[in-house]
Amino acid sequence: MTKTAKTRIWLASGAAALLGLGLAMSPAMAQRDPAYAAARAAGQVGEKMDGYLGVVGSGTAQLRAMVDDINIRRRAVYAEQAQAKGATLEEYAFTAGCLAISRTEPGEMYVAYSTGQWTARTASSPDRDPRCP
Amino acid sequence: MTNVKLTTPAFRAHKPPRTGSNMNTKAGRGIMMGVALLGPILLAGCIKLEAPTEPIVIELNINITQEVIYRLAEDAGNTLDENSDIF
Repeated sequence: MTKTAKTRIWLASGAAALLGLGLAMSPAMAQRDPAYAAARAAGQVGEKMDGYLGVVGSGTAQLRAMVDDINIRRRAVYAEQAQAKGATLEEYAFTAGCLAISRTEPGEMYVAYSTGQWTARTASSPDRDPRCP
Repeated sequence: MTNVKLTTPAFRAHKPPRTGSNMNTKAGRGIMMGVALLGPILLAGCIKLEAPTEPIVIELNINITQEVIYRLAEDAGNTLDENSDIF
């Protein structure tokens, strides 16, 4: 690698870090897209154990496209964080899945550990993998 | 078409003892062929193969240890908070 290329990479990562800082510092954290929020509330999408969002039932093409988009973005985040923590993508994603299931609100869907089926979250704690924190 | 033999074939001097397979007799071959053909026909009539309605989920998470999950939990929690638009 040439020195110029190295410098460029450093500059690029510096700019990325600043950009990331800027985003993290922004007062209003980005909220769910209204379509996503509505689909969650309606139980059309739910949290899977692997850390990704799933379409409940066959869904619509639009719904599936939305879920795919979110999952691609989740995967990017998982990959970055997993590398930072010296873990595998699957390990990080699974851990995030545990937490995402914990954070579902009553009425929202998630995949229950004991049945492997889509289940509506109730007021009681969700049926999660026993390894979940 | 039938084969008409003009002469009477000579009888065998002795009847050979039966071996394990009867494939070397014409009748035997007929029976074996019949069984071979009948098998798939019977099976085709009985077994219906249908594609599952739900996608098959293969669990690839069995190698993830609880220790690793606990180590990552705090960071993952922050990740969920910081990316609340996609979680």
